[in-house]
Amino acid sequence: MIRKTLAVAAFAVGAMAVAAPAMAQNEQFLPSLVYRTGAYAPNGIPFANGVADYWTLINERDGGINGVKIVFEECETGYATDKGVECYERLKGKGPTGAGYFSPLSTGITFALTEKVPGDKIPLLTLGYGRSESRDGSVFPWNFVLLGSYWTAADVAIQHIAKEMGGFDKLKGKKISLVYHDSPYGKEPIPALEARAKKDGFEFKAIPVTHPGVEQKSQWLAIRQDRPDYVLLWGWGVMNSTSIKEAAAVAYPRDKMIGVWWSGAEPDVTPAGDQATGYKALLLQHPAGKFGVHGELEKHVISKGKGAAKDDFAHVLYNRGVLNSMLGVEAIRTAQKKFGNKPMTGEQVRWGFENLNLTAERIKELGFEGMLKPIKLSCQDHQGADEARLHQWTGKEWKIISDFYTADRSILDPMVKDTAAKYAADKKIAPRDCAKES
Amino acid sequence: MIAFGQFTEVLLGGLLAGFLYSLVALGFVLIFKASGVFNFAQGAMVLLAGLALVRSLDFLVAKGFPYWIAVVIALLFAAAIMALTAWVIERFVLGPLVNQDGLTLFMATIGATFIIEGAAQMAFGSDVYPLRLFPTDAIFMFENTFPGGILVNKLDLWGAAIAAVLVAGLAVFFQYTKTGRALRAVADDHAAAQSVGIPISWIWFVVWLVAGLVALVAATVWGTKLSVQFSITFLALKALPVLIIGGFTSVPGAVIGGLLIGAGEKIAEAYLGPYIGGGIEYWFAYVLALLVLLVRPQGMFGERIIERV
Repeated sequence: MIRKTLAVAAFAVGAMAVAAPAMAQNEQFLPSLVYRTGAYAPNGIPFANGVADYWTLINERDGGINGVKIVFEECETGYATDKGVECYERLKGKGPTGAGYFSPLSTGITFALTEKVPGDKIPLLTLGYGRSESRDGSVFPWNFVLLGSYWTAADVAIQHIAKEMGGFDKLKGKKISLVYHDSPYGKEPIPALEARAKKDGFEFKAIPVTHPGVEQKSQWLAIRQDRPDYVLLWGWGVMNSTSIKEAAAVAYPRDKMIGVWWSGAEPDVTPAGDQATGYKALLLQHPAGKFGVHGELEKHVISKGKGAAKDDFAHVLYNRGVLNSMLGVEAIRTAQKKFGNKPMTGEQVRWGFENLNLTAERIKELGFEGMLKPIKLSCQDHQGADEARLHQWTGKEWKIISDFYTADRSILDPMVKDTAAKYAADKKIAPRDCAKES
Repeated sequence: MIAFGQFTEVLLGGLLAGFLYSLVALGFVLIFKASGVFNFAQGAMVLLAGLALVRSLDFLVAKGFPYWIAVVIALLFAAAIMALTAWVIERFVLGPLVNQDGLTLFMATIGATFIIEGAAQMAFGSDVYPLRLFPTDAIFMFENTFPGGILVNKLDLWGAAIAAVLVAGLAVFFQYTKTGRALRAVADDHAAAQSVGIPISWIWFVVWLVAGLVALVAATVWGTKLSVQFSITFLALKALPVLIIGGFTSVPGAVIGGLLIGAGEKIAEAYLGPYIGGGIEYWFAYVLALLVLLVRPQGMFGERIIERV
């Protein structure tokens, strides 16, 4: 009897061993570079949770992307570029077709991986961060700075200030300071702000804060002395709440501060308590709160105990993580229409991104109505959108305070073109002729 | 007058920040003074103490405890956690390494740093946890003398007062108590101290406990300033130049070093930074420290090292 049982067990194990690779062949591997520990964890965790929960939703509700199950693996980067590259090298070859795409959630890691992805043929999805000039798909075929770059954000912030002041002509002679994380991320908006300062006649000052941003007393004493009309904040992690606290300490009005969309989430304001009331920040289109997709997440993921979300469900960065995954999944789905319902290679996913066309109807169908405007990418345009709006912290919640602004492409497009051309010349890249690509 | 007022404000802000640095530096001095070990884990201990305090405080407040009773219980809980940490470090890290050279012990504390950081976040979470034990609003002094006045944060004043009390208490402890003198004997020579009957494992437990309690005090101030979160561990890097200037063995030196670093880096950031791109205060602190090293390798208040051969 025992011998028979062992034989059956051995057969079952053997059958599973044969079946496992067959099943694995129909899996789409997606890596997730996260930071759940370290200085930036409070901001990294909700984003990572949103990313994971949407992928789980696709698997639980739909059985994968057109039947291709998503297999994902997280790798802890701690927001450090060296660890990010290490994670990339470890995960890029996993799964039957390798990694579908990478989302580093770090401009520093994006800068490093931009050099590597052309060789490995894996797209980089950098939703609202990364290299601003990577919008130019002819020079950066593998980068997708979807929805908005830091130049978009800088331009929209100045537009909002102009509106509050009563027009662009009122900007002349005014002072606008940028308090920024002294890293590739924080430095990214400076060229756009300098361009706008030159055009609109305001005095622009850039004030760096060293990583991680816990010491800002000198910078805010300088602001107290200089008394700028507005302060733009380009921080991340603890730097944001520290800036708000220091602003309060020098009695700088919080409603004259405008943060980028990475400085406008719950972990940025709640540690500052009442001192954060009135603080404003840009929105990468979507706000906090529940939309259609959240009902699906609650039904198929959260209620079944398979969710990663905790208190951060429907918070700003959680929603951004969900959005990030949805855009990646839709790029894969787009690619499957051309290449078949099977796991996609990085190169095929890139085609999917370049042909991504999310209409209002499709966005509604996906449950993202109210979070995202229609977006269409192309070989040339790897950003696909130029809109942003603002929200303000009431002390308890974020409240949307503006309509959508559209970044001024007459200023930004020449900057994108020139900077991308310079990059191409430096790296000896022959830009693609998008007119000839299908 | 405006320029002088601005300079005074930056200087005063820097001096008060220096007191906060010295709160962390004191933990390093204590352990080095008593055991000859450079404790790289001091920043991680501040994080652990802060997390234990704020998480237990939040729990008790949520359970309906009156705030100040909850604060007292949370402080006791955090102190117990630091006592447990001291015991574990003595029992499993330093105990087996008695009579090893300083570099070995230093490396052991680097290992302890990562374990404490990981364990603290695993046990208590890795979010940002606001702590509001002291007032954080600003006061404006000399408003009649300087336009806009001189801004001083109340929290910085609390930090300075606490640092002063700690220094006084520790100075008395080291100079006038039997345990304090035993600690110094152990620092001079582990083996010699053991040979005259000083229980070295007990002494090391006591000194790590006291350093843990100093870390808890630092966490109350820094946690109020920054909220309790991982970046608090970076304070260890701020304490290093303070120690180089003040000397690794001097309690008053930790305070004087803190004041010099605080004032020096803030003035440099405010007046030199705009000309060389800004964001210089982190490394400028080390410039100051290196200058002191060149003149007095043992620090301004450190014990002069004389080796006879």
